[in-house]
Amino acid sequence: MTDIPARQADGNSAPMAHNVPVAAGRAAEAVTTKMTARDVNVFYGAKQALKNVSIDVSRENVTAFIGPSGCGKSTFLRCFNRMNDTVDSAQVSGRIQLDGKDIYSPDMDVVQLRARVGMVFQKPNPFPKSIYENIAYGPRIHGLARAKPDLDIIVESSLRRAGLWDEAKDRLNESGTAMSGGQQQRLCIARAIAVDPEVILMDEPCSALDPIATAKIEELIDELRGKYAIVIVTHNMQQAARVSQKTAFFHLGSMVEYGDTSMIFTNPVQTRTKDYITGRYG
Amino acid sequence: MASVIIPENEAVAVKLPTDWASPLMRGRVAARYRAERLFKLLGLAALSLAGLFLAFLLFTIVRDGWTGFKHTEVRISVSYDPALLGVDPAAATGPGGLEAIRRGDYIGLMQRAAAQLGPAANVVSDGAWLDLRQMVEANPAVLGTTQTVWVPVRSSIDLLAKGKFDLKEPEISRGVSNDDVASYNLLETRGLLKTSFNTIFTGAADSTDPELAGVWGAALGTFMTLLVTIALAFPVGVLAAIWLEEFAAKNRWTDLIEVSINNLAAVPSIIFGLLGLAVFLNFFNMPRSAPLVGGLTLALMTLPVVVITARVAIKSVPPSIRDAALGIGASPMQVVFQHVLPLAMPGIMTGTIIGMARALGETAPLLLIGMRAFVTDTPQGFASPATVLPVQVFLWSDDVQRGFIEKTSAAIIVLLVMLLLMNSAAIYLRNKFERRW
Ligand SMILES: Nc1ncnc2c1ncn2[C@@H]1O[C@H](COP(=O)(O)OP(=O)(O)O)[C@@H](O)[C@H]1O
Ligand SMILES: [Mg+2]
Repeated sequence: MTDIPARQADGNSAPMAHNVPVAAGRAAEAVTTKMTARDVNVFYGAKQALKNVSIDVSRENVTAFIGPSGCGKSTFLRCFNRMNDTVDSAQVSGRIQLDGKDIYSPDMDVVQLRARVGMVFQKPNPFPKSIYENIAYGPRIHGLARAKPDLDIIVESSLRRAGLWDEAKDRLNESGTAMSGGQQQRLCIARAIAVDPEVILMDEPCSALDPIATAKIEELIDELRGKYAIVIVTHNMQQAARVSQKTAFFHLGSMVEYGDTSMIFTNPVQTRTKDYITGRYG
Repeated sequence: MASVIIPENEAVAVKLPTDWASPLMRGRVAARYRAERLFKLLGLAALSLAGLFLAFLLFTIVRDGWTGFKHTEVRISVSYDPALLGVDPAAATGPGGLEAIRRGDYIGLMQRAAAQLGPAANVVSDGAWLDLRQMVEANPAVLGTTQTVWVPVRSSIDLLAKGKFDLKEPEISRGVSNDDVASYNLLETRGLLKTSFNTIFTGAADSTDPELAGVWGAALGTFMTLLVTIALAFPVGVLAAIWLEEFAAKNRWTDLIEVSINNLAAVPSIIFGLLGLAVFLNFFNMPRSAPLVGGLTLALMTLPVVVITARVAIKSVPPSIRDAALGIGASPMQVVFQHVLPLAMPGIMTGTIIGMARALGETAPLLLIGMRAFVTDTPQGFASPATVLPVQVFLWSDDVQRGFIEKTSAAIIVLLVMLLLMNSAAIYLRNKFERRW
């Protein structure tokens, strides 16, 4: 690996097997490392989609993955909640930790992991059930609510957090698929929030939405920042600049550069990053 | 390096603006419209032809069959003389009364009662005495009284009443004797005949006498057989489809299984009959002619159809739904049973009904496992002898007695009605499942 990911100095970091050199001159505000990835390689059959990627994701910040299409952003993101397990041909190596615990170790329960590390997909995919059921499903299967009143509270608070309550409160029994695209995506965010996750992974959550709906989602991400560790994949650089504090740039399966968003966009270290930012390729 | 040579004085083709109004263009448009009209016409013709065939089929069946639901009865008065009948009225009402009643000589009773019809005494059906016994069983108080009773007539008299014979033809070729015609005319002029709904046909099982044969035994047999079939084919087929679609690794073995299942669906049904015969009857020594064995055999036949259609239905559930459920921590089992299966259910249901409809009309494999037996009793259980509607149709259509012609068509009507009910149920269930969200 030629590019060393820059990493913020953190005082109260979770235990880590080995340290990554800290890039000099970067702002040092106190952040907690939520997830770490070390030397992650992903193969689809014989094809390597991800090469030796290491990164720290902090709890307080929104982390953006940017890069041209097919560079492995989604692949990497899906390592964090082991969604790649569902792809038969995918082979993941390396170490990924959540609060210092290896999520690929045999004693990690993948069902609980996915409750703790929620995911929002590229295309809004609400269940073809009522809005209420969409939210209530997760808490119910994880036993987070005993009775209907508890469930009602979870549904309302999740919808409120996702900024959807006012639009949805009078139509909780209507189908989630009958909402507009932007509403559906916020419903999916609410659904992820409902199981009380620690990390939320978003894979190009706005790519299927119009600008107004996109703005709402971005606003929502800003509000959720700090409550959950958020990782967002986007091919839209303006979006990365708007919503994230940390940005990682990927190219051809490698992570080229990782650092503060402001630095990446104004003063990138690598020429490849610079070329991408300035629109040389993409 | 090769270079492209451009001839210097090559005339450069200038693209003229398209003339949409030129005769050539108009001709092309006209030809297109003509082709479209012709296609529509052909489609309509095909549809009309299919509709015509169907209408013709239904018309002939209903025309021949609807009289099967009616029968002719003759009025006689029966004096239930306890001494002649051999039933003691006191014993009949006491404990074990039913047995005492059944010991009576009802055939003799019937003969004495029929004698009052004089020369037409032989019009009464051979099985009419059963009606007399039933009357006593229902109400022992009739013993010692004289009752007016309507009893069924023989098949040829019944057919005469329904106008099925051409009386202008000579006796030898018209299928009914002059004596019967005379008897019929005598009774008819005396007003002793009436036509009523044929409860024997709708309530009894097969018989050698057309006027005593019923379709209920076969209908019940069909129902029980299909119950066994669906109870086996549906869960096994759906689970197999789930396993193949959602859990099985894609490798040579699952490919092999897939090919085998597809081939099984195309195997002629009589082969499944042979299989049922070899496995269920000869190896497991299960009872012959039983709905259980018939159902098992038909389940073997239906299973591939259910598996294939269920797989298609499961495959058509968008993967994003699976991602969504997995993404909030649903286990693979929960994903399948709480998301994929409910969404696939309408499709699975349709496939199952298609399979069941095929099983409903199946005759060949059931003949091989003995369900062509002549069964005069309605089936008492899943292991007792029974027959099914299509086999009953087959048996009756083969019978030389003229009275069975209308029974055959009437049984076909019952079969079609059952099919219709099943399909309606399927459509109802499908819509119900589809409206779930
Ligand atoms: N399920 C899969 N099977 C095989 N190859 C895949 C699969 N998913 C992604 N890839 C390949 O991995 C590479 C990275 O894909 P992806 O992570 O989706 O890129 P991105 O999200 O950055 O556009 C691409 O070349 C893609 O073709
Ligand atoms: Mg992607």
